[in-house]
Order: sequence, then C-alpha cells, then structure tokens
Amino acid sequence: MSELNAELPLLKVSNLHVYYGAIHAIKGITLEVRKGEIVTLIGANGAGKSTTLNTIAGLLKPRQGTIALDGMPVGGTGASKMVYKGLSLCPEGRRVFQQMTVRENLEMGAFSRPASEIPDSLEDVFSRFPRLKEREKQIAGTLSGGEQQMLAMARALMSKPKLLMLDEPSMGLAPILVDQIFDIIRELHESGATILLVEQNAQMALSVANRAYVLETGSISMSGNASELLHNDAVQKAYLGN
Amino acid sequence: MIFLDNLINGLSLGSIYAIIALGYTMVYGIAKMLNFAHGDVIMIGAYVAFCGLQYWGLPPVLAIAVSMIACTVLGVTIEGLAYRPLRQAASLAVLITAIGMSYLLQNTALMIWGANPKSFPTTFINSVSIRLGRLNISIATLITIFANIVIMVSLTLFTAKTKMGKAMRCVSEDRGAAELMGINVNRTISVTFAIGSALAAIAGVLLCSSYPILQPTTGSMPGIKAFTAAVFGGIGSIPGAMLGGVLLGVIEIFGKAYISTELGDAIVFAVLIVVLLVKPTGLLGRPIREKV
Repeated sequence: MSELNAELPLLKVSNLHVYYGAIHAIKGITLEVRKGEIVTLIGANGAGKSTTLNTIAGLLKPRQGTIALDGMPVGGTGASKMVYKGLSLCPEGRRVFQQMTVRENLEMGAFSRPASEIPDSLEDVFSRFPRLKEREKQIAGTLSGGEQQMLAMARALMSKPKLLMLDEPSMGLAPILVDQIFDIIRELHESGATILLVEQNAQMALSVANRAYVLETGSISMSGNASELLHNDAVQKAYLGN
Repeated sequence: MIFLDNLINGLSLGSIYAIIALGYTMVYGIAKMLNFAHGDVIMIGAYVAFCGLQYWGLPPVLAIAVSMIACTVLGVTIEGLAYRPLRQAASLAVLITAIGMSYLLQNTALMIWGANPKSFPTTFINSVSIRLGRLNISIATLITIFANIVIMVSLTLFTAKTKMGKAMRCVSEDRGAAELMGINVNRTISVTFAIGSALAAIAGVLLCSSYPILQPTTGSMPGIKAFTAAVFGGIGSIPGAMLGGVLLGVIEIFGKAYISTELGDAIVFAVLIVVLLVKPTGLLGRPIREKV
C-alpha cells in the first residue's frame, strides 16, 4: 500500500469551483483517484456529484481550480479532447444513441481510436457483456433499461480509458439489475480498471469502492476508506437510512 | 400524355426542392437551427455559375464546380462567423440572425450584379431533348432527376457508413453524448454546412436551367418551398426531405395544371397543413420523445 500511496495519483482535482450562472454549485472540491482504485462520490440529490463528473469530463467549465490526469493539467480543453487524454464518462441517464444499433454505439465509443483496433475491443466488450453480443444488430432504443446501462458502460470502455467515470449507473433499475451492474463494476476493478463512481445508492457504492468522498451542497464533508464510511454513524444516518 | 408531361415536370421541380430541402434538414438535424439564408446561398451559387458560363467562358462542368466551391466556402463562413458565436444563445436569436444573413446575401448580390434579372444561359443543358413516343423530355429534366437520385444515394451511404457521417448522426441525436465520444461538434457542424451549401450550388444551377431568370430574390421562394418540403417530409430526416421535396413538386405542378394556376402555391401549403394536422412530425419524422 505504501508504494501505491507514493505514486502520482491518476486523477487529481484541486480546489474546483463550478458555477451555473450565479449559483455556486461546486465550492472548492479537492479529490484524487489512484491507479487501480474505485473511488466513489456519494451524497444527496443536488449535492453536486454529477456536476463534478461533468466538469472533470470537460462538459462544464470550472471557474477556478485544476484537474490533472497523470500529472498533466487537462482542465478547460473541452469534452471531446478529454477522451483522447484517457478519460471516459458514462453519463447519467445512459444517453446511448437511441437510433443506432448496439454495434454502432460501441463503434462510436471508439471514435477516438484507429479503426484497426476496434475489432479487438469489440471482442473484449462482448465477452464482458454477452447480452450485448446477442443484441448486436438491435436498435439501442429498443433495449431494456438494464441493457441500455450495460451498453452505455461498454461504450465508455471502448475508448480504452485510463479513468472510467460512471454517473449513477444504478439509476432507475430493478434491484436484480443493480446487482448485475455492480458485479460488472467489481469485475472491471479486478481486471485493473480505475473507476470514479457517482451513486445515490450509497450502500452499494461503498461496498464496491476502495475509498469514498461524501459531498454535501457542493463541498466534501467527509472522506476516507469506503468500509470505514460504510460503518460511520453520520453516514449511516444521512445516506444509508439506518 | 399531358398527364405524363406534368408528372415529369413535377418530378423535376420536386427534385430541385428535394436537393434544397436536404440542406435545411441536415443543418436542422445537426445544428438544431433553421438556416433561412439557405435559399440565398442557392441564388449566390446560380450567380457564380452564371459568371462562369457567361463571362469567364468556363465549360459547364467547371462552372458548376466553381459554384460548388464558392458556396461551400460561403456556407462554412456564414456558420463560423454568424451562427457559431450563438451556439449557446436562445434559438430565436439564431433564427433572427439567419433572416438577417438572408437579407445580407440578397443585398450583396444586388450590389454586385444589379437589380436587372439576368437570363441564365441554358443552351448547354436544354439543347437536346429525348423523344419517348409523343413525350418530349429535356436533358435538363433528366439530369435534375438523375442528380437527385445520385445525391440521395450518396448521402444515405455517407451517413450510414463513414466515420464523419456517423458522427453527424450522433451529434444530431445527443450533442453532449457525442462530445463524450470524442466527436468535435463544431467541426461536424461545419462539415454539415459545407455539404448543404455544395448541394445548394447544384440546386441553383438546376433551378436556373429550368427557370432561367436570375435575380437577387431568385432563391427566396424555392427556399421557402424547400423548407416546407423538409417539414412536410419530417425535418431532420434525409429520406423525408427527398420524399417531401418530390411530392411538393408534383403537387405544385398538378395543382397548377388541373386546379388553378394562380392557386398552385396555395394548394401546396394547404396540403402541408393537412399533413401536419394528421402527422405533426411530417411524413417520415420521428415521433418526439419526452426526455426522461
């Protein structure tokens, strides 16, 4: 562990401030994700979890603060360039391309990569998500919610990101599908993926993560080992309903 | 025979509407804006081709190529200078800018080429005609219909198969998600304007070959009709623009031939109103989905 700690974090966000017009949505967040870790960001509705991810992904511009990937500052370059730098966001609400087939969606996920590398990645993704292989030619809009979530995650993986960001992957899914999605997150972790996970389902998120940050109205109120936070009284009261 | 004559004329006029409508529908689908200056790009294209044929002595193919290049540059410039800075602005601001751009182009043409109508040289395209029994079809008509088919097939293949074409479909469906894939949205929109404007040049030449009076307002009415055709077929849909354009042309010619010459345009718009009452998203338009 000590070696890991000494390493440069893969993602380092320092003193991030984000505004929506006059609304100060993110008030000086500092967080980091190390290689191979799952870090989760939990908090109530409107705490700023998605805003944080969208800002890191380049969809929103921070007013202040820095974002560094592998020690290189990457803030303010725009979302389409972030993919090329190794960041991939699986957005809230899935946002798969409804009119395209499953396969086309996956190919679009690899937009930033040379065409020659796509077949191998498709193989990879299909072996991880056999359900998608069965539905390869189907129009994405006709998939079930759970399948669309799998497609969104698979699409995000197609860019071979250094850091995968998942925004509310369990949203709107039946409990059995939530379990499936979290199983997939665990498998990704075991195969070495680095993941920044935003969830309202704090119980599930904390059970799968290494570390966690608790976000409250735009600021980090607590952080630490996920297993410790899972048993923390304040966290239990506020987010786990015990 | 008169019926067939009318049908062929309708298909030819409809093909021109369809090619123009493609420009409206692609720009709407991808940039989510109505480019009301599109009709005037057609007019500029026709003037450039006119200069090529009349003043510079270019062969027809070269004159059309020069016109296409000029329109592509014009379209991309308009987008970059006038529309791109308004990407985050209210759609009404963009609409008014487009109307302003339309007047700017018309008045620029007025300044350069004057108010007197020019007679478009059509001998190169109308000198030959083909006889089928008692039917007489001009080469211009055939070329127009043929061009329309070629354009439709190429665009369909382009959006279905190429990387840029697929990127366009992504931007059209969800701009944010497209960005997350690494797609450069501004560049995609530029390419869309380039394609739409190059098509406008072709439409301009075809239009003036069949209706050879060229003046600064030449593009207005066909522009509005083609916009109607795009809505008719389902705005945002490429096959919709084709179908809408061709149907509109046929309805207009038949309306003029069998009902009333004066009411021809009114009949076209009456049909549009009926279609939109029955099918608000147009013939091939997608039903509007509520975002969850």
